[in-house]
Amino acid sequence: MRVAAPVVASLLTLIVGSIFFASLGHDPLPTLYAFFIEPLNSLNGLSEWLLKASPLILIACGLAVGFRANVWNIGAEGQFTMGAIAASGVGLFWPNPDSVLLLPLMFIAGMGAGMAWAAIPAFLRARMNTNEILVTLMMTYIATLFLSYLVHGPWRDPAGFNYPQTALLPTAALFASFDPAYRLNPSIFITVVAVLLMWLFTDRSFLGYKMSVSGAAPLAARYAGFRESAAVWIGLLAGGAAAGIAGMAEAAGPLGQLSPQISPGYGFAAIIVAFIGRLNAFGIVLGGLLMSLLFLGGEGVQMTLGLPSALTRIFQGILLFFLLAADFFIFYRIRLIRPARDTHALETA
Amino acid sequence: MHPRLELRNICKRYPGVVANDDVSLAIQPGEIHAVLGENGAGKSTLMKIIYGAAQADSGEIFCDGNPVAAHNPATSRALGIEMVYQHFALFESVSVVENIALSASSAFHLPSLAEKIRELSLRYGMPIDPHRQVHDLSVGERQRVEIVRCLLRTPKLLILDEPTSVLTPQAVVKLFETLRQLAAEGCSIVYISHKLDEVQELCDTATVLRNGKVTGTARPKETTSLELARMMVGSKLPEMHVSPPVPSEKPVLEVTNLSVKARDHFGVDLKDVSFDVRGGEIVGLAGVSGNGQAELIALLSGERTHGRSDAIRISGTPAAGLRADERRKLGLAFVPEERLGRGAVPSHTLWENTVLTAHRSGTVRNGLVDRRKASAFAAGIIDRFKVKANGPASTAQSLSGGNLQKFIVGREIALQPKLLLVSQPTWGVDVGASAFIRQTIVDLSRAGAAVLVVSEELDELFEICDRLLVICQGRVSPPLVRKTTDREEVGLLMTGRTMSKDQMASGSGDVALQD
Amino acid sequence: MDLFIAIFTGTIIAATPLIFAALGELVVEKSGVLNLGIEGMMLMGAALAFWAVTAGYSMPAAILAGALAGAAASLLFGVLALTFLTNQYAAGLALAIFGSGVSAFLGRGFGSEPIEALHGVDFPVLSGLPLIGPLLFRFDPMVYLALAMFVAISWFLYRTKAGLVLRTIGESPQTSHAIGYPVIRIRYMAVLFGGAMAGLAGAYLSVAYTPLWVENMTAGKGWIALALVVFATWRPLRILLGAWLFGGMTILQLQGQALGLEVPSELLSALPYLATIIVLVLISRNRQMLALHFPASLAKPFRPAS
Repeated sequence: MRVAAPVVASLLTLIVGSIFFASLGHDPLPTLYAFFIEPLNSLNGLSEWLLKASPLILIACGLAVGFRANVWNIGAEGQFTMGAIAASGVGLFWPNPDSVLLLPLMFIAGMGAGMAWAAIPAFLRARMNTNEILVTLMMTYIATLFLSYLVHGPWRDPAGFNYPQTALLPTAALFASFDPAYRLNPSIFITVVAVLLMWLFTDRSFLGYKMSVSGAAPLAARYAGFRESAAVWIGLLAGGAAAGIAGMAEAAGPLGQLSPQISPGYGFAAIIVAFIGRLNAFGIVLGGLLMSLLFLGGEGVQMTLGLPSALTRIFQGILLFFLLAADFFIFYRIRLIRPARDTHALETA
Repeated sequence: MHPRLELRNICKRYPGVVANDDVSLAIQPGEIHAVLGENGAGKSTLMKIIYGAAQADSGEIFCDGNPVAAHNPATSRALGIEMVYQHFALFESVSVVENIALSASSAFHLPSLAEKIRELSLRYGMPIDPHRQVHDLSVGERQRVEIVRCLLRTPKLLILDEPTSVLTPQAVVKLFETLRQLAAEGCSIVYISHKLDEVQELCDTATVLRNGKVTGTARPKETTSLELARMMVGSKLPEMHVSPPVPSEKPVLEVTNLSVKARDHFGVDLKDVSFDVRGGEIVGLAGVSGNGQAELIALLSGERTHGRSDAIRISGTPAAGLRADERRKLGLAFVPEERLGRGAVPSHTLWENTVLTAHRSGTVRNGLVDRRKASAFAAGIIDRFKVKANGPASTAQSLSGGNLQKFIVGREIALQPKLLLVSQPTWGVDVGASAFIRQTIVDLSRAGAAVLVVSEELDELFEICDRLLVICQGRVSPPLVRKTTDREEVGLLMTGRTMSKDQMASGSGDVALQD
Repeated sequence: MDLFIAIFTGTIIAATPLIFAALGELVVEKSGVLNLGIEGMMLMGAALAFWAVTAGYSMPAAILAGALAGAAASLLFGVLALTFLTNQYAAGLALAIFGSGVSAFLGRGFGSEPIEALHGVDFPVLSGLPLIGPLLFRFDPMVYLALAMFVAISWFLYRTKAGLVLRTIGESPQTSHAIGYPVIRIRYMAVLFGGAMAGLAGAYLSVAYTPLWVENMTAGKGWIALALVVFATWRPLRILLGAWLFGGMTILQLQGQALGLEVPSELLSALPYLATIIVLVLISRNRQMLALHFPASLAKPFRPAS
């Protein structure tokens, strides 16, 4: 049952996509092929697929920890940006650009910056009762502006023909690709570890249990004496750490430098990935692969068929709509209504 | 002459239960008719069918001799049938007159409606200020609003569902006067209750229900309590075994000069509360709901903490600043009044719900939840406390209220507490399960634990408690010994009066207005 | 003096889209529904209105098109949140993402040329008055419409039975249902109204304020409108005041950039977002004040018991 909703939602998205393509005057089948199959038709395609899926899965894992506890961090995009900034800062300005410590230091800096950026809304929610949705979002706009300031100002590459971008990171600050022909690099192992940690945390650990109680029934969490603020802190910091690391891996991987646009919306798309994955570690892996394909397909049809890349966001939205709707039919109808009616009957009898 | 309302062979089934089985009854104009039965006997379902809020599977309803078709609350109201719910249908955030305007069919003109409310409420001896906000009203006052709302529509038949469960004994007297006045004016009244003495005092006729069936019709004023009780609960009356208490020397729970402001303006401030509970005894806290019980319970359980740590001591340790799980380390266990969402996570399984409070009893190891241990723990509770459930993997929300209550009580008792807090132990629980839960609580105390029971049911408190405290407007009375006190004294304390002579003499007339 | 007039009128104009969006969201939230998708609905409204103008439709028709686009977008949310009982946070987010995608898709052919903006009103006599004329009587009609909406919504919420019904549904849909009100239908109407208002806000941006089409041109105004509702503790007058405050901040920031202040422009651009956070913190600290007018059932799915 848990699998059915995402599958149904994906199929419905495909159908709507076909109708949509048809209405634009494109033969749906070849277009769908160009969107969803062609990108995976080569080794390079597969490499790109995993390369894009990795940050989505990583961030979604972190976010899902919070979502399970009803902590709504929707500012992963900002935490991602800050992670990329901090990691690049270390990479660019560390006194010894050949140090083998450079990557680990960048990792710590990226993670730390993401967590720090998430710590502000965490503090405000835990201590000042401030809605974290709005704060994390505002913080995202601020992070984007900060990045823009850096690449237009103090960090601009003097040898960069006035382009708003930093110098290239030194080689020691980059993940070496598995194969020079493709861009996939070992940072994907970070994601693999994150998925396993997330599974252990949410499915097996007592702390994860406490967080799920906080999310499902806040009064029960208080009744049991679980700290509400702990759930807020852990939820936000996990998302911040994951997004910060993803930002670092992006800077030290495919990007290699900072520019005003460093994310194609990973931070927002990861929210959808978390939902498609049912906030479950392995579901998120599948969701991330699907979402990555949407990104690739969007780029693909933009190049081959001249369709706009905004299609990706439309598909993301439609997919999430269908997923939520499918949830209703599958979960509510089958799992909740029947037992709920039993209880109802007994209590009113 | 036709009866005002007649039910013929009403049947209503829910999955797994027959709520009403072949129920017939007739109510004459101006008659006060009791529907008497224990919790779970099918009274509420029957009332919903009369009011049209639920549809019978089979059977017929006649109003003034005419069959009622296409029954729903709107058609009921058109026929002159009005209902006062046990849990009021009032909005907290708006005023009395706005609440009433929402269900009035007249034009939306608040000043004239307010005037009507004032007049009507005075005429029936239950004055209310139409412009007060509902969240400022006591439970008794809210009930008046509900009744006035019905009276504004000049009903021919008024249904009241357990109307006295929220009232002080003195306010009950006032309510009965109003109801008699109404009946004298020709309005029929259906009075749903499980309290024999009230039915005997007020009602002309009683239809007794048990397990959804009519077990008898009686004239309660001419019938003995024993006969009525037999009809209600069958031949076997559950018996309680309450041996004399052997209180420990030192108190397990000590509360000293506890004062606290309410969190919001819907709450009640606690004022200088002091009492203690010893091992081996059961102390009851009586009071009309909304007088500070929720605040006191939250402070005692640790759901809310207090700055002055020695305001609450558990086994001598200052505990007021500790969170709920830290207090559990000191031997506290707690059964809250809300089962779903507070005492248990509705969407979680029973084994997961054991981990909620039993995580020190081996269900968590090295920071990981031990599913096998937790399942065994849950299975143990299901077995020992006869919980009807499909094993430890069924969700909390799939259990009936009574079974979930047994599970939660079982879980808390399995923690072997030194101090047990219980709030409304038997709300909405059927007779058999109630007796079982009460006996379990008594047994725990006789084994040496200290028990504090908070309840709005005086009968329950008088049945199992050794000492009684009364809470009113955030103040807690000095303890009364159950064997030397009576309902009258407790009832007066519930209205905030003490037993001093002059107040007794002068104050009885307007007691009901104060609750 | 001219600077003062510029700042004053600029503030009022910059506040107008926020007033539309936040008042619409207020009505939605008062009914107990939280629609986080304002940003998406605004973008849809902005795109459709802009398209209508470039396609040669009249200004009123274009603005109406914006409102309808917002309402249509909100219907997607409504179906998910009200009929399918999904998590309202998730449904609202989906709408925000979807709206930004669809608007960007529609907007790809719009080009980057500005259009002729909505004209100011010319009141006889009044507009010609010295000082008062330019200060109060030369705005475009949407500015006055926003103020009229404020009056209308305040009156509706607190002076009519329908407003009372809406507010009480927001407190307890169960009770409303028990009394016999069609909770879901009323919530749908509130959501559609909120969508239309967000659409108006977006239309104002693209045909009057900027007036050109830029992808994601709302730049977080939808989220700021959401914050305004919290800031206003769910009271209409405070929404008006809050919107002016934010409008003033935007204008001061623009003026600051124009005057060439020695601060990075990004810092100035970040001010409204920073201010939103600060204001939220200040308001949220006082739980009692928040609780006073808070719709108690906000964001909780409601399913009428059969």
